[in-house]
Order: sequence, then C-alpha cells, then structure tokens
Amino acid sequence: MFRRARRSRSRRPVADRRGGPSRLRQGRVAQRPDETVRSGRTADAIRRGEVRPSAEGAQAAGPPSSVREIDVSVLRDAVARLIVEANYNIPADILQALRDAIDREQSPLGRRTLEQLVRNYEVAAAERRPVCQDSGVAVVMLEVGQDVHWTGGSVQEAVYAGVREGTRAGYLRWSVTGDPTRMLRISGEETPAVIHVDLVPGSDVRILFASKGFGAENMSALKMFVPADGVPAITQFVLDTVDRAGANACPPIIVGVGIGGTFESAALLAKKAVLRPLDVRNARADVRQLEVELLERVNDLGIGPQGFGGRVTALGVNIEVHPTHIAGLPVAVNLGCHSTRRISTTL
Amino acid sequence: MSHVIELKCQNGIARTDLDALRAGDSVELTGQVISVRDASAARLAAAVRDEQPLPVSLEDQILYAVGPSPAKPGQIIGSAGPTTTSRMARFLPSLFTAGVRAMIGKGELHGEEAAPFLSQGVVYFGAVGGLGALLAKQISSTRIVAYDDLGPEALYALQIFAFPVVVIIDRHGGNFHETARTQWRKAR
Repeated sequence: MFRRARRSRSRRPVADRRGGPSRLRQGRVAQRPDETVRSGRTADAIRRGEVRPSAEGAQAAGPPSSVREIDVSVLRDAVARLIVEANYNIPADILQALRDAIDREQSPLGRRTLEQLVRNYEVAAAERRPVCQDSGVAVVMLEVGQDVHWTGGSVQEAVYAGVREGTRAGYLRWSVTGDPTRMLRISGEETPAVIHVDLVPGSDVRILFASKGFGAENMSALKMFVPADGVPAITQFVLDTVDRAGANACPPIIVGVGIGGTFESAALLAKKAVLRPLDVRNARADVRQLEVELLERVNDLGIGPQGFGGRVTALGVNIEVHPTHIAGLPVAVNLGCHSTRRISTTL
Repeated sequence: MSHVIELKCQNGIARTDLDALRAGDSVELTGQVISVRDASAARLAAAVRDEQPLPVSLEDQILYAVGPSPAKPGQIIGSAGPTTTSRMARFLPSLFTAGVRAMIGKGELHGEEAAPFLSQGVVYFGAVGGLGALLAKQISSTRIVAYDDLGPEALYALQIFAFPVVVIIDRHGGNFHETARTQWRKAR
C-alpha cells in the first residue's frame, strides 16, 4: 500500500482482527439483570382474578411470571459498547465481500482502492481506531418483547446516554447537531439517536445498532409511484439514485430498497434493508430474483470503487417489501457506504 | 496506473507541478494542507467576501475537506478521511479568489460545481472516502489555526506525507469521475 508511518506498529494476524461481533459475544455485551422475583402461583392467581394486584402485594410477590424486568442501565451500557465496536470493526460479511470483490474488479485503480479499504479495516480493528471519521447518526432499532417491563428510567434517555458515553470513551467524533435548522446555537457533545421500536412476542430485547454515515445517507431518495409504474419504475429509480450518488456515497455501496407501506414506512423498510447482512436474501423468490438483477445492473453503471471506474459499484442490493394501498407504490432507496457499520445483540 | 507522481506542497504547490497532472493520475502529496468543512468553509468564505483579514494565508495552498475524529492519547489525529466536497461548492469560488490552488476531497463535481475549478485552474484531488484510519497515518502533525469553537470543523494546518490522492479535475478540462464511468459503463 502506501508508505508506512515512521512509527512502527506490530501487525497481528488477520484472523485475530476479524469478527467484531464474536468478540462482543465473548465479552458478554449484556447480561440478564438480576433474576426477578417470580412467584408463579401468585401470578396465576392474579391472572385468574383471585388476588388483587395491590401495590404492596405486587412488590412482595414480584411481577407476574410472564413479565421480565430490565433496568434501562443495561440498555445504556449495551449501547455504549455497541457504538464503539461498530465504529472500530466493520461487519465480517462486508469485509469478506470487499475481499471477494478484489478478484472481481477489473479496473486496476478500482482494485487498488478495494485493497486499501480492506487494509483500512484491518488497521482500524487492530489499533482500535474508528474505521471512518464520520461516526454518523446512531440508529438504534429495538425489537422489544412485549413481556418486557423497563425499570430505572427512560428508554430513550438510556439510549442517548449510551451513545454519549460510547462516543466519549471511543474517541468518536461528535457528528450530530442538536438543531437541524441550525437556527439554535447548540454547542458541545450532543448525541441524540434515532430510535425505532418494534414490539414482538416474548421477553427478549434485540438491539440492532448502526452508525449511519451521511455521505451515503445524503444521496438516498424516496418517491411515491403509482401502481401502473410497477417493477420497471422501481428498477429505474434504483439505478437513477445510485448513478446520481456516484462517488459521493463511497462505493462499493450497499443498496437498501423499501417498497410499499406508506411514505414513512417505505423509508424505514429501506433502512432495514440496507442494514440487513449481505448473506441474507429476501425470503420471497421473486423479490430475491429482483435483488440479483438489480445488483447486476447497478454494477453495470461502471461507477466502481470510490467512483474511479470499474465493475464493483455495489456489494449488495437488499429489498424489503410491505403491503400498500391499492392506489400506491412507495419506493425508498437508502444507500450505505462500504463501511456500513452495524452490530446487534440480544439482552 | 502503477506510476505514482510525488509532489511537494510545503509552501503551497507550484503551478508548473499542477500543469503536468492529468485526470486519473495517482499522486502522493507531502507538505502542508489546510482543513475545511461545512462550517469553516462558510466562515472563511464570508471573511473573503467581506474583505476581512484571513486567519491563515490561502495563497497557493491546498485545502483538505476533512473533519477528523478526536485523537486518542498518544495519537497525532483520530481518523481523518475526506468528506464530500460538493456540500461546500458554493463557498469555493470565494476561497479560490484568495489563492487556493488545489483541493482534496471526495465525491463528484459536475456542471456549476466544477466550473470554478476549471475557470480558476484549481486542481481537484480525490482521496478515498472511508479510508480514515489509514489516511490518519499519513498525517504527521496538526495545528488548529482558527475557529476552534467549531470542534471537528475547526481550521487545521495539517502536515501530510505520501498522502495518496487521484486527480479528478485537472487544469486541462478533464473530469475523471465522468470519463471513468463512461469507460466502464456497460451499455444495455
């Protein structure tokens, strides 16, 4: 690659530096909080209406057995760890896709760029540096089991506090402004996050954490098509969006496409799509086929790594669909740069 | 492609050096660059427009569009890759009249955004976006020269060495992002 800095640094074997998530797993990102006091008999009695769940009674007996209490500090600490790990280690599937792309890329400059990117991620992981100075906006997707009861404070505040603590501890850039209009002068260490919550059966909490850089985010797009426009319009919109983004989105990119729902849910689908691992395809065969076709056509655009020309413009096209109105066809395209930082854990 | 042109920019960059460059050339820069970002570019451009004294001379200088992450103890700088140049395009004509000779950034510039580069003969170098950890190793010192209230957007004088860039817009009308795409596009 290019010349080394004068300081010499030890090189650890590649295998040691990979797999941020597995290290997290070993490090036990989150533990179940102290087992809540459970009294099955009392809970059943409450359910049957035989015992009135008075404040004193509930305290003494603990919550019904189906309810799991989680202190928000557990969430805060998990978020604080996830933001640091996400920024130091790109997901293993993306790193592997970049390595694979080197062989596929025919442009010499494109190939050199891919090699530099792989080296960047190896160095970032080994030296625990942010892979990119843009630590992005923290996007926190929570799948919360409907039997979870949060204690100890506000979930939102806990996420914000986790982002703040992780940003400080990990020497990440304060990349968020408190006021998007910039009419207010807000200085300092502002770390509001974007939080999405899905309620799911059970008593687990799954956290999907992403640091979303804005080079690619700025080039994303949404359009309300009509039913008659159909798949050809979806295809053209994806191609136009990627073409317009060009080098700005830091290719090779990941293309997240959300189709259906409403105006805002199409955007959220696209975000979920762009954060889906590259080795997971849509469950529907026809949608899966569209993902494959779109990837091929995106790569035919010739933008190449960092817009220097070449065969590898995208590492993947992920599509998520949702039923929509009989009058509509919302389509959102959310672009992710080659360092789409995501990490997940379960509390 | 394998040939890399080494250029010095310690006291600005020489026009003759820039004249020799062609879109698509790989270059390694050694010397000083001045960082700019959205907020600092706006403030600097306003100072030029209002004919206020500038906090640092831009004569013959290279600007680098970057907002680094904080340095850990013992580090010179945190991650320090390029940011998107086009966001600052509206401020660049003012900065160019103050003597800027070249700019490092990332992303595309076309039409009106590219015009000031072509008319003023300013060279646009593209660094690789998302190479922040690696590019930080090609920076040997940093000094805040102004606007430190802007945090990561403060104006830094950065000493760089063997800093890898590609010529995007040259002084002869070439725009590498346009020609590269045309060359590699598959017609359908």
